[in-house]
Amino acid sequence: MKSFGSVVPLRGTGGFPHSSRRSRASPSDRCGMTRVIELQVNGSTYRVDVDAETSLLSVLRDHLDLTGAKYGCGEGQCGACTVLIGGLPRRSCITRVGVVGDKPITTIEGLSPGGGLHPLQRAFLDADALQCGYCTSGMILTAAALLETTPHPTEREIAHFMEGNICRCGTYLRIIAAIRQAAKMLKEARS
Amino acid sequence: MNTGARVSVFPQAEPERYELTSSPTHRFQPDRREFLKLAGGGIVVACVLKEVWAAQESGGSRRGFSEALPQEVSAWLHIGEDGVVTVYTGKVEVGQNTRTALTQAVAEELRASPDSIHMVMGDTDLTPFDMGTFGSRSTPVMSPQLRRAACAAREMLIDLAADKWKIKRAGLVAIDGKITDPLTRRTVAYAELVKGQKLAKAIPAEDPLTPASEWKVMGKPQPKVDGRDFVTGRHRYASDLKVPGMLYGKVLRPNAFGAMLVSLDAREAKAMPGVTIVQDGDFVGVAAATPEAATRALAALRAEWKSSAQPSGRELFDDLKKNTVEGEGWEGRSDHDVGSMDKGRAEAKHQLQATYTVAYIAHAPLEPRAAVAEWKDGKLAVWTGTQRPFGVRSELAQVFRLPEDQVRVQVPDTGGAYGGKHTGEAAVEAARLSRAAGRPVKLQWTREEEFTWAYFRPAGVIDVAGWLRDDGAVTAWEFHNYNSGASAIATPYDIPNQHIQFHPARSPLRQGSYRALAATANHFARESHMDDLAHLVKMDPLEFRLKNLKDARLRAVFEAAAQKFGWAARSKSSKGQGFGIAGGIEKGGYVATCAEVSADAGTGSVRIVHAVTAFDCGAVVNPEQLRNQIEGANVMGIGGALFEAIEFENGSILNGRFSRYRLPRFSDVPSIEVMLVDRKDQVSAGAGETPIVGLAPAVGNAIFDATGVRLRSLPMAPKGLKV
Repeated sequence: MKSFGSVVPLRGTGGFPHSSRRSRASPSDRCGMTRVIELQVNGSTYRVDVDAETSLLSVLRDHLDLTGAKYGCGEGQCGACTVLIGGLPRRSCITRVGVVGDKPITTIEGLSPGGGLHPLQRAFLDADALQCGYCTSGMILTAAALLETTPHPTEREIAHFMEGNICRCGTYLRIIAAIRQAAKMLKEARS
Repeated sequence: MNTGARVSVFPQAEPERYELTSSPTHRFQPDRREFLKLAGGGIVVACVLKEVWAAQESGGSRRGFSEALPQEVSAWLHIGEDGVVTVYTGKVEVGQNTRTALTQAVAEELRASPDSIHMVMGDTDLTPFDMGTFGSRSTPVMSPQLRRAACAAREMLIDLAADKWKIKRAGLVAIDGKITDPLTRRTVAYAELVKGQKLAKAIPAEDPLTPASEWKVMGKPQPKVDGRDFVTGRHRYASDLKVPGMLYGKVLRPNAFGAMLVSLDAREAKAMPGVTIVQDGDFVGVAAATPEAATRALAALRAEWKSSAQPSGRELFDDLKKNTVEGEGWEGRSDHDVGSMDKGRAEAKHQLQATYTVAYIAHAPLEPRAAVAEWKDGKLAVWTGTQRPFGVRSELAQVFRLPEDQVRVQVPDTGGAYGGKHTGEAAVEAARLSRAAGRPVKLQWTREEEFTWAYFRPAGVIDVAGWLRDDGAVTAWEFHNYNSGASAIATPYDIPNQHIQFHPARSPLRQGSYRALAATANHFARESHMDDLAHLVKMDPLEFRLKNLKDARLRAVFEAAAQKFGWAARSKSSKGQGFGIAGGIEKGGYVATCAEVSADAGTGSVRIVHAVTAFDCGAVVNPEQLRNQIEGANVMGIGGALFEAIEFENGSILNGRFSRYRLPRFSDVPSIEVMLVDRKDQVSAGAGETPIVGLAPAVGNAIFDATGVRLRSLPMAPKGLKV
């Protein structure tokens, strides 16, 4: 077994007693077109040895152990796998890793690099804008992209922008409230 | 101990046939030595089920921890020498926030901060047996037991303080994790008191002592426990776990239910390095070092399947009525007869009969089934998201012919369930692959697999007939439910003559629990029909309901919802606007929902504009999380009310993916107002399920108000209104 994966140690992904921080692959992975791909994730450079056709979601979760992005549908319909690529919300389940290039990727683990909470994370907690939490990473990252371009969105603008993200627990109204709250917090931080 | 006896403690929380499965042995796994080793020093309090305690008491030998551990422990609590409080319960967290509510319960009685309490949930090696997290029973059943244990621990701490200070215990009080002597104002922290102690006590799991009117932690908002881990992506669901040396599994699925494997050509897949192929009867799966390698290997398998002709969605409702079956116990037909139908019919002036249908729908939890399985020294460990960790342990023990103590199931907080994760398919499959590969295996179902190979909310046909007088008094009521279930089948209205029957049927699709079970279907039919009856005698739908209703708590929520909604003063300001009301009783909760819709018969568009739900579930434990559950139930209810339906044909699901199966999204959600009717004089009922039942009939009644057309099938507008 050949060990490979990160050139930079991973941060902030601990959790379950048995979770390993290093990914592995066996020679079986090396059939077909294999090549080393360099990715900029959360401000660090990672090299992964995968087929360019592999989904970015799989690379993040299974190779880099960044499991904040979730598999929900595999067809870009639910938004649970959303990450920011060059600041734009993208469905990592239908994004081939080979097309990302050197564009910076932000996952939920890297949204608040200092270790504190991003205003959106704070606001989601304050508004109880989650139940099972499985959609939360995707919701927060999509909202982060919205607030970049629209710092003070109306409820309607939020609902429209977030339409591609499903919360099966049905916390939509709380998510809207949280995003508006975060917008206020960001405004205060700017002034 | 019979499971039926335990659930019947709360008559309205009776599990239905789809929930009550035959239980495994009720043995409590770790023996006393193991337990003390697990717990370490400090204080331990174990809750013993009431019936068992009574039996022991009458037998004359009071059994504490100095003897063998009681066989029927429902939960336990440990205060370690470091002051950390650890609570062990077999319940699991699936988004309903029971982890938070149970933490509050312990904090309340222990007089300690919720932050100092750690809940160990759903781990079959560490937590006592629990039938499962369903039926809204964590709050009415588990919470009081934990409170009683916390109470007993508090009393033990007071004893320890009295010993320490060499004074009488009377007068000493527990506050904020400390025992205080009000006379001398000296205090001692729990951690200090338990240092060096090895005390254990078994107590009967009976009613708690602190009345709701004196609650300090319960009854108040409490943020989600571990919430920070969820918003930072740090929480690990079963699908996020990794164990060293782990492989990734995939299962080969046939194209029809019940298909048999005729032949398998695995030569190409076998030639791939590092790939394990498993064939065991009709089960075929692969395991490989990466998900991509597993997918490639799966694609290289050539299989031929044989399946037989199966019913399709088109003839579903005829099929269900034609294929009724007789079952036993909860699975069986149920009859409910009151008075004389002949008399009731004779007294009536009007009669109305109608048939309602409900489609199969999918739970579609956002986290599809996933499991990690690892064999070590003949023992099997599985991490999976399930509502029944002990049920899944039994499944695994049975499949692999192991004693149950050789199987450990652990449930990380799970990405949604809604009644849809009672079974252990992914756990069994991962364990099969892992055993063959000789390595741990993770299996995550795809969305299509979750849609196809899990189970559905039962479809059903409901025939209803009502007879009434000119003054609006309903004199007779007949109600037949085919297949969808018996939950909330009884009418809460005071009708002197009733004939109500549930007819189990052979279901063409695999079916099981779903949030609120058949209460949604039965309320849809009943409350739609009550609305029709009201219009038949030209009465206001609310007035008509109240005329036929004595139950004070249900009347109160109807009135509360109507008041908040402005029911009495409602007036249509635009074409296509309509208002509806519906309500009922289920699982100890009383709910009423008012809805406003905007329906356009021309374009077929329908939109829920506003909803108000009033809910009484007894003494409120956590008002903010309760509101969250009520809002969520309404949102989930929108899907089943308007557009969710499983389409199937000849053993295949036709719309088993999100691009073909519409779930409620941001734009579907109306403004929602929640009215909590906090009854501190009543026991707390569970609240995750019941608030879903009012939405569909309230919306149907509002559509009728808007268009004059009565929609009698759920979903009501799968492709827009056809009015």
